[in-house]
Amino acid sequence: MIEKDGVAPLEMVAKEFPSDPDILYKPKAIIECYKEIPCNPCETSCPFDAITIGEDINKRPHIDFDKCTGCAVCVYNCPGLAITVRQINDEGALLKIPYEFLPLPQKGDSVNVINREGRVIGQGVVKRVQNTMRQDHTPLIHVETRKEHIMDAMTIEVIA
Amino acid sequence: MRIKAHPILSFEAQKAVPFTYDGQTLYGLKGDTIASALHANGIKKLSESIHRKRPRGFYCAIGNCASCNMVVDGQPNVRTCITPLKEHMDIRSQQGKGQVK
Amino acid sequence: MKQCESIIIGGGPAGLRAAKALLESGARVCLIDRNASMGGQLIKQTHMFFGSEKQHASTRGISIQHKLLSDVMRYGSRIEILSETHVVGVYQDKVIACMKDDRFFKMRGEAIIIATGASEKHLPFENNDLPGVYAAGAVQTLMNEYGIKPGHKVLMVGSGNIGLIVSYQLMQAGVEVVALAEAASQISGYHVHASKIKRHGVDILTNTSIKRALGETEVTGAELWKLDESWQGIEGSEWTIDLDTICISVGLAPLSELFQQVGANVEYVRELGGNVPVIDNTYQTTIDGVYACGDAIGIEEASSAMVEGEMTGIYAAHAMAKAHPNESTRLKALEEELAFLRSGPHAEKIRVGYKKRGEVS
Repeated sequence: MIEKDGVAPLEMVAKEFPSDPDILYKPKAIIECYKEIPCNPCETSCPFDAITIGEDINKRPHIDFDKCTGCAVCVYNCPGLAITVRQINDEGALLKIPYEFLPLPQKGDSVNVINREGRVIGQGVVKRVQNTMRQDHTPLIHVETRKEHIMDAMTIEVIA
Repeated sequence: MRIKAHPILSFEAQKAVPFTYDGQTLYGLKGDTIASALHANGIKKLSESIHRKRPRGFYCAIGNCASCNMVVDGQPNVRTCITPLKEHMDIRSQQGKGQVK
Repeated sequence: MKQCESIIIGGGPAGLRAAKALLESGARVCLIDRNASMGGQLIKQTHMFFGSEKQHASTRGISIQHKLLSDVMRYGSRIEILSETHVVGVYQDKVIACMKDDRFFKMRGEAIIIATGASEKHLPFENNDLPGVYAAGAVQTLMNEYGIKPGHKVLMVGSGNIGLIVSYQLMQAGVEVVALAEAASQISGYHVHASKIKRHGVDILTNTSIKRALGETEVTGAELWKLDESWQGIEGSEWTIDLDTICISVGLAPLSELFQQVGANVEYVRELGGNVPVIDNTYQTTIDGVYACGDAIGIEEASSAMVEGEMTGIYAAHAMAKAHPNESTRLKALEEELAFLRSGPHAEKIRVGYKKRGEVS
């Protein structure tokens, strides 16, 4: 329960997804910022003006999926690490996840896929580790996993 | 207890700084405070409470609370959490209120 | 005695922004801090800040420190920095007494800004004085400033933003956070910070508190228990966890000693963290020429402290007949920034506190 441990139930998460599932055949940012806090870097960092908060920075962000390209600039600019980029294709689900821990996984590694409660829900394969200067120590892990985890996957765990 | 690798910060190699703690020779690193050097050596007890002689460690680490007071080079009540470690400092646990010489 | 135009006590986010405003106004500034480097607690904030671009949102605190410091250092000889200097007295004739390297000296300023920040509170429980029971911010200092882990297994007590953020930073340093205990029935910090640690496996336990620390000479464990809705411990619900560190994150209290010492009116406002100075709408205390800003006048986020600091600097400059080049437009813009920072549901306590003090309508 979000008030007790920060875990949003899946019905709450579903509302942040595009209503038309076909939209996710292109990568889209899924913003999980459920409470009003004074913060707007997602809006100001978006190169495509896809995210709107407005003058009152306490308002929750609204994303226009037509404008969002899934570039993930907002993902590493979000101080709450509350944004992921998600995409489905014929093989499975592809996520871009912010990951600020060591060791970083390597391309090709198998990793555990973790849900919002911190439980292992499956396996994934790292397709890319994106870690440029602009990201200022918030690497993005591009991970592919099974299609059924498009919604409940939240982070990864490096297998020792 | 030193952090070897960190995802955000980089801790560069620093010169070792010798000091004595209750007569025993230990080493900290340049940039340490007295309290951080002791903690890195696994020493958490820094002093004793005045009346009941209970062990005391640091609490705030920024110079507010006086829980880390020790005797340094003969001077009592030194706030070790904000006092930089220097070579060959003589650091001792403090008993009681300390006496000004 | 050394003469200064303006003296700022405390080189944290509020003090640095006050310095910048005074420098922009053409004033000379003497900035004093007891630490070796300026920046206050920004020096250990490895996380990205909230707020808007105006308060450096999305930038890590450690980078904001460098920015604020370089903003004032470019004024060259008009800014004097006294580090490792302890202000031990402030007097009504705007004389301050300082200690540096065991040497005692006095200075006089036309304006004095007190931006001393806050200290971390403690919690009463059995054995809460054992080595290994540390304030959460203290652990953050040890890890992020000195690169030392506090221990191997940690219990965090308190779910405010500091408790949540320091838990995350403990994990980044490779320390296991065995649980986070919160006495209330809900977490009190931003939910996004709770989500960050929960998804990496930290147990967040509401209606739970620490009953006592275990250990003889240092912490070896903690006994926790469940609390009922009136925050009373439930007998029989106790369980123990083996660990070596207990982090206390139960709020901050303004450092108000210098206000009391100079004789400024101070009142207790629970919502602002404790004893806070009475200030007018130019951030002046009841002592002429003595100003206050930042956490020292009420516990908020560092973003608010920066805004307050700049406003205080502008007002202090004005009182010295050194108007800021964009005085009225800057003040209006800063008022708006503060209003937004204080308007969300998480700022309810701050609004109540300021209302009690009769400032924010």
